Amino acid sequence: MSVPQIKLSKITKTFPGVRALSEVDLALYPGQVTALIGENGAGKSTLVKTMTGIYQPDGGEIFVAGKAVNLQSPHAAFQLGITAIHQETVLFDELTVAENIFLGHSPKTRFNLIDWVEMNSRARALLDDIGASHIATDVRLKDVSIANKHLVAVARALSIEADVVIMDEPTAALSYKEIEDLFTLVEKLKSDGKAILFISHKFDEIYRLADRYTVFRDGEMVGEGLLADTPQNEIVEMMVGRSVEQIFPSRTLDIGEPILTVQNFSHPTEFADISFDLHKGEILGFYGLVGAGRSEVMQALFGMTHGTSGVITSQGKTISPKSPAEAIQSGIVYLPEERGKQGVILDLPIFQNISLPSLSTTSRNGFLRMAKEFELARTYATRLDLRAASLDQHAGTLSGGNQQKVVIAKWLAIQPNIIILDEPTKGIDIGSKAAVHAFMGELVEQGLSVIMVSSEIPEVLGMSDRVVVMREGRMASVFNNDDTLTAETLIRCAAGIEEQAA
Amino acid sequence: MTEQNAQNRNIADRLNTPLHSAVFSWPTLLLVVAIGLFILNVFASPYFLSPWALSDATFNFTEKAIIAFAMALLIISGEIDLSVAAIIALSSTMMGLALQFGVGTPTLVLIGTLTGLACGVFNGLLVTGLGLPSIVITIGTMSFFRGISFMILGDKAFNGYPESFAFFGQGYVWWVISFEFVLFIIIALAYYILLHRTNFGRHVFAIGNNPVAAQFSGVRVARVKFLLFCLVGLMSGIAAVLLTSRLGSTRPSIAQGWELEVITMVVLGGVAILGGSGTIQGVFVAAFVMGLISFGLGLLNVPGIVMSIFIGALLIVVIALPILTNMLKERRL
Repeated sequence: MSVPQIKLSKITKTFPGVRALSEVDLALYPGQVTALIGENGAGKSTLVKTMTGIYQPDGGEIFVAGKAVNLQSPHAAFQLGITAIHQETVLFDELTVAENIFLGHSPKTRFNLIDWVEMNSRARALLDDIGASHIATDVRLKDVSIANKHLVAVARALSIEADVVIMDEPTAALSYKEIEDLFTLVEKLKSDGKAILFISHKFDEIYRLADRYTVFRDGEMVGEGLLADTPQNEIVEMMVGRSVEQIFPSRTLDIGEPILTVQNFSHPTEFADISFDLHKGEILGFYGLVGAGRSEVMQALFGMTHGTSGVITSQGKTISPKSPAEAIQSGIVYLPEERGKQGVILDLPIFQNISLPSLSTTSRNGFLRMAKEFELARTYATRLDLRAASLDQHAGTLSGGNQQKVVIAKWLAIQPNIIILDEPTKGIDIGSKAAVHAFMGELVEQGLSVIMVSSEIPEVLGMSDRVVVMREGRMASVFNNDDTLTAETLIRCAAGIEEQAA
Repeated sequence: MTEQNAQNRNIADRLNTPLHSAVFSWPTLLLVVAIGLFILNVFASPYFLSPWALSDATFNFTEKAIIAFAMALLIISGEIDLSVAAIIALSSTMMGLALQFGVGTPTLVLIGTLTGLACGVFNGLLVTGLGLPSIVITIGTMSFFRGISFMILGDKAFNGYPESFAFFGQGYVWWVISFEFVLFIIIALAYYILLHRTNFGRHVFAIGNNPVAAQFSGVRVARVKFLLFCLVGLMSGIAAVLLTSRLGSTRPSIAQGWELEVITMVVLGGVAILGGSGTIQGVFVAAFVMGLISFGLGLLNVPGIVMSIFIGALLIVVIALPILTNMLKERRL
């Protein structure tokens, strides 16, 4: 076989508390498409950022065309002919199409000024090349449709003499027709002899385009080979792994009456026809790929989103929360995914964070009673085993896991009926994870109902009584989490792969 | 703290006692500055220590401080109102207009305060309704309000306010204690309680630190901000009554440039210009500091234009100070 155009050898990258990549290998060959496959958080994005010079690896080597290189900046990667097309591209609305394509490396005249004629003609050629002859080069980007913007981004990526093209979920935001066009383009790049890395969650795309595959799991490379020799089942098994057993608290199922009924819940753009029941004492898991609309549904239930339709019944009463304050009054609370932005208030003391939604009970006639606030904060901080020096230290001084405990304490303190947890253990250490899981078990035993949005399959399978799977803003399926429900089933359902006859 | 201590789950309420925190705080430092300025003034003029001179000195800041307390809450919440001086002009003009129809003192006071409140409602609706930055909106309403005032008055002035109306800006409650000073103390106490002792005040801090997380915690962010604009408008209306009563006339250029002095007072009082933190105690002491500075400069016969340079420089220094200390801290780390 020929020499790989780019070869990564034993690349390691660690972030504080997390080993994002652990001695991974990857090789891309000219004229071949390699699919990079893995769950959310498997390390795919970190790898892309390492290959494009945004991150520096802590260990390992990168070879381009057989020579060891050091990609110390995006510019260095650019010059070595490595380019990436991202899911969401950063382009500039107020600049023209040609300017967007050549920003940072525009052709210059003798006087070191931009050579507009040359730039426009080269932009024209690039666009024609990728089948986008309908896009004018001199219009401002804001007047170009979303799909065409994506083509401009592709043209920008190809405006350097690239030998390695990385496509990070390029089809995520495209319609069916546009995806077809993109496939044609990939075939063309392939026949031009480019080495292509194709990242996608969609198996039909992978099997259609890619020649080779590499599977990542938890920051490690767990398999690679030729797609033609490998059935889907085998790849799904590699993605999930067999031995990532975590200990989840066992509990006796004691599920009561429905406490929350959602019928035909829809939003004009984000989701449609969501209907489910949540029972007393139940943990209802929500699984899906990133962008499936799970958080959007939950934030709408919590009154953050306007313009929804459908019927929500909580404890026999029809509710339509128009603000979080109203949702909280109906006993529904929401623990947001973005802890730092939406969850804790970093510069307020711990006790004030915890008491914020409970002020109406700790205060008297609108006047604060600090002693009550400290008492409340102490009760829940102790229950959650919060590690802090004092309750008046700023929440921002705590570790991520302990910040999450502050947010959970805040919500438990109002004694809700329903608690919605959006990625409750994302980005926190193993110890805090176990504490959060144990606590969820306690909650339902006390008769609370929990909705848990999670992208981590072991967590979904380990904690949920039932699992709702969402795909592209709709409910794909609801599963009872008995012994027959497997990770493979969930992944298939979320990615839209037909169940194969065994 | 060691790992073992953490295992005991003994989390203290506070690391420092409230007294310790109060001693090592900005308002305390500011108080030292105020005392220093006081002593300087004593040396600058032999007449300064007389009770009547001291009483006179308070008129320099009481009206501005009354607005500054409400402005402090607004800035802590992450918003600002640059139109306060223009609100004074409009309120004063409305009172003068009403005067032409021969209304009595109670009606005049009511019109002055209600005009201020109405301006606050207007600002609040624009900011919370449009979701635009308040600095932009209130620059707009600043020229809008004062523009109306100019349109009504031109280069003329309203005079001839009734004698009973003079009490608010010139009257004394007891001996040298003026009505304005008493009102200043009462309003300071009211805002201290509102900001530091009520749920509303806690919501203001939460919003200023992180409006998104506050919203997610069930705080009605838009409502709180709207009410703060109303309060600032109302206080500007009250200040308009006091100032008009003290001057005994209304010109469209009344209170020109006061918005800067009010904001300087707030920032000097330790309120973070980007929101999130601050105290009423700080603003209270800052009012005295500003009063002493302008009184001292007045005693030295410093012309008004130099005073305005001084106020501008002070504003820049107090805004830059926390940023510079942070830079120094980071360099040391």
